[in-house]
This record gives sequence, structure tokens and C-alpha cells, in this order.
Amino acid sequence: MDWTAFKLSIELAAVTLLILLPIAMVVGRELAVRTFRGKGFVEALVALPLLLPPTVVGFYLLQAFGRHSALGRAFEAMTGHLLVFSFEGLVLASVLINLPFAVQPIQRACEAIPREVREAAALCGMSPWGAFLRVELPLAWPGVATALALTFAHTLGEFGVVLMVGGSIPDETRTLAIAIYDRVQAFDDRAAGVMAATLLAFSLLALGVTNTLARRIGRRHGE
Amino acid sequence: MASEPPVNGLSVTLRQAQPIPLDVSFSCPAGEVVALFGPSGSGKTTILRAIAGLYRPATGRVTCGESVWLDTARDEALPPHRRAVGLVFQEYALFPHLTVLGNVVAATGHRARSERESRARELLDLVHLAPYATRRPAELSGGQRQRVALARALARDPAVLLLDEPFAAVDREVRVALYRELESVRVSLRVPIILVTHDFDEVARLADRLCILERGAMTAQGRVTELTSRVDIPQLATYYEPGSVLDVRVEAHEPGRQLTRLSFPGGALWSPTMAARSGTVVRIRIPAREVSIALAVPEQISLHNALPAQVAGIAAASDPALVLVTLQLGPTVLLAQVTHDAVSRLQLAPGRNVFALVKSVSVLRPGRATGAVS
Repeated sequence: MDWTAFKLSIELAAVTLLILLPIAMVVGRELAVRTFRGKGFVEALVALPLLLPPTVVGFYLLQAFGRHSALGRAFEAMTGHLLVFSFEGLVLASVLINLPFAVQPIQRACEAIPREVREAAALCGMSPWGAFLRVELPLAWPGVATALALTFAHTLGEFGVVLMVGGSIPDETRTLAIAIYDRVQAFDDRAAGVMAATLLAFSLLALGVTNTLARRIGRRHGE
Repeated sequence: MASEPPVNGLSVTLRQAQPIPLDVSFSCPAGEVVALFGPSGSGKTTILRAIAGLYRPATGRVTCGESVWLDTARDEALPPHRRAVGLVFQEYALFPHLTVLGNVVAATGHRARSERESRARELLDLVHLAPYATRRPAELSGGQRQRVALARALARDPAVLLLDEPFAAVDREVRVALYRELESVRVSLRVPIILVTHDFDEVARLADRLCILERGAMTAQGRVTELTSRVDIPQLATYYEPGSVLDVRVEAHEPGRQLTRLSFPGGALWSPTMAARSGTVVRIRIPAREVSIALAVPEQISLHNALPAQVAGIAAASDPALVLVTLQLGPTVLLAQVTHDAVSRLQLAPGRNVFALVKSVSVLRPGRATGAVS
């Protein structure tokens, strides 16, 4: 069992969530509430990582993060090391490829809140922020929980993009999914099996816990 | 109405051609109920939303007392959460994740933390929902949800109360109880109340003033008691059997004869004993078909009411065999529905002095302690 890889996977998933969840809440809510020109295009852009092969996404990210890109150069100038093949690069890639998994459930949940309920919150004297915290977020919570679980499990399991952008550097970019691949390549089926089972159990647990939580809160709402 | 800006009243002017045509101007003094009446699609709800700040018209001005809520000429628009508005939505729009108490507390954010819950409980008492404080909206009946919505709107301590078809989704029996609650709210709150409805019976029972809307424009506005006696408003004939609505004062009861004496400017009426205290104001309706015309006071007749009146006009009724005669009793107008034959036999024409024989009156709203007789 490669505990370093396990720890790295959990870290990557946690940091991804920390960065992605606020972004997804804003994007998901705005897409649900507002109508604007080019909304369909934005939605397609968010959904893109669902459709494209991870190698394609990985290829473009590699181009975007690399030494020859403005982003890559800026990052190197700031930190002294490369964005590609680093944990930071992995986090950035992970946030981008998880956008649809986080945004879509939140968007659906926000769309399910009747417009009048949002308006009622404002007419109760709540500021937009207050209404979001006290009315919209609690009502959209099942969607947020789904986003949380999906993003977490998907980050643990992502292989193609991680390999393309991060390579397989121990304690930096070698996640559990990569470590399993490495072990299989080395004909170490036992180690690969243990790690695969760990990943399976962990993902199942994450999904189970959030689903139960979401349902319990849904029941409390009397729906 | 728009020319007299009322103290602590609401004054609304909205104009736009697109996307929803609007051309309205009206005001509502504190303690009065203005009904916005019209078919669906006439812009009633849009007007309400513009007052609340949920909809921004191309041009318009909304003021409430001293404060300006909307003035497109100066590009001023207060966001909805900064307008002291209580709005009861048609579908109530309660917060499903909060208890009944939580829903009402949610609108008390402008008060000190320590008094929020006690104020919410007071309001639940007012709408008779105290025993349901810990329930969730999903566990309540339609009428109960409606009352939670009303309590929540009141919890905001609104400077204006807006009601969007508040009685449309509840049973007839519940509705009558809610009418009574609204009346007590009107008396205790003393703020302008705007009622959106497409039910003219509600207008006649609840409203002091009326704006009739069609495709976003006002086709008539005025006191309910005046508009109901007019025969030149086609929308009214469509929705309401012709008849006058009057606010009358209860003068005295005669227990021996089981009669109550009612007075209004220009006349007085006897009615079967009414459960209203002397001195209170009762709203009654006198359907045109319950009014006959005589040239002299008939003797030996079961009717109690033969009121001197003057014919002011004669108009066609919806039934081609009948006409509506407008009768002037001092400042008050009554409608009588008679046949063409009667018009020629009695030689009825504007200016002719006659007697209005009133057979029956129906009470629309029981005694009001305050309020002027119009």
C-alpha cells in the first residue's frame, strides 16, 4: 500500500473541494437564476470536461500550464518552479476538470427553488448574502452535497488528466490512481489490488455518507 | 387620486410600452385598501412587483410616505430588501426548510435580536396559528399557509402591505375568516394595502378604492362605492351583477320590530336586524334588481324603504328587455333595474322625481368602528 499516494490523493481531493466549491456555488447559482446572452455557451464550456477524453483535456492543460504559456511563465517567476508536474498544477487541473461535477448539481438544485421563495427572502428584509445563507443554501443543500461527493470521488479516481499534467512524481503528483497503474505495470497485482479496493471503499463511503445526509436534510424540509 | 399625495400613503406611477405595457397612476392612503382589478394578463401582478422592487419598469416613480422607492427619472431604485414591504404571494412562497415560527422570525431581522421571537409569536397568535409554531409549511393546509404568509408579511413591520390574489387558493369558508383577519389587520396596521384580485366580490367586500386594469392601463379608478353605481364601465357588468355598494352608518336598532335603521348621505334605510353596534359603519350592497321605482309612496305594502330620489340617467342593461336607471339620492347613487315598459309608463327621464323602492340589502362587511361614510 502506497500511503504517500493515498495521502496525496486525499489532499488533492480536499484542496480541490476547498477551491472549487465556492466557485461552483457562485457559477451554479448564477446560471440557475440569471438569463443572459451566451448562457448556453457558458453551460457547454462547464460541461466540456464530461465529454472530452481526459487525454485531450490533459493535453490542452499541459499546453496552457507549460513553460511556453503566459500562465506557466508567471507561475514559475512567482514560485521558482514549474506549474506542470507540480502539486499546484495538479490542483488547478483538478479544479477545472471537476467543474461540471460541482456546478451542475448545484445549478439543478438552485433551479428547483421557486423564484417567489427567493423574492420572499428579499422582502423579508434579507440582504442578497443573507438570503443566500439562510434560504438558498439550505434549500440547495442536497445539490451541494452531491457536488461535494461527486467532486471528491472523481478527484480520487481521475487518471488521464493527472498523468498528462502531473506525471508520476512521488509525494508531488503520484496519486493513488497513478500508483495503481504503476503497480500493475510492475506486475505487483497484490499491491494494486489493495489500493484499488481502498479507493473503491473510500469512494463508496463518501457517496453513501453525502447521500444519506442530503436525504436527511431533504426530509427535514418536509419534501 | 394621484393628485392628492397622502400622508404615509403610497403613490405609484408606472409607464412603459415594452415588454409588458404599463400605464398606471394611483395612490393609497394609510389604512385604506386599494384593489387592482382586472383579468389575468392585465398587469396587476407586475404593478405589485414594481412596488415591491422585484420588477423595474422603464419609467416610474414609487413613493411611500417620505421615502422614494423608485424614481427612474433620477435613476434611483431601492432594492427590495430595503423597502419596507410586506408581500403575500399568490402561492405563499413560504420557506419550506423553516418551521412556521422560523418563517415569521425570518422577517424580523430589522428588530433587536432579543425581541424577534416574541414578536413572531405575537403575530402567530394574531393569525390563530400559535399551536402550529413548530410545524413545517408542508404540514399545513392552504388556509394555514396563507395565514403564515400574512404573519410573515406583517413581521416585516411593512410600510405597505401587498396582497397578490391572497384568497385564490383557499376554500370559500376559509376565505370569509381570512377576510375578517384582513379587516382587523387594516385597522391595527394603518398602512396602505394593495389587493390584487380578479374576483369582484372580494373588491366589493374589502376595498375602499378600486383601479380597473386592462392590458396594463387603468380604465377606471375611484371609490368602490362610486364605481359600482356607474353604468358606463363595461368591465364591471362582465364580472358583477349591477348594484350599488354603500357604506352606511348603523343608526339604531328597533328590537320590537326586529329592524335596524341605516343612514347614508342622502337617505336612510330599514333592514332586518343587523348584528352591528350603533355608530359603526357597515358595507352593504343593493342589487339593481332589488330596487323598483314608484312615482308616489305606495301604501299598504310590505316594503319598508321608499326613498325620494331623482332620475339621473337611463342605460341599457345586459338583458335587452331591461334598463338600468341611475337614481340620485343627494350625493349617493342607486341603480334600479326596470323594464322598458316601466320607463315609458312612468315617463322616466333624467330630472324626474321618483321614489326608489328598496326590497333588500345584503351585508358585505360587518361593522367597522372607524372609517368615513362616503
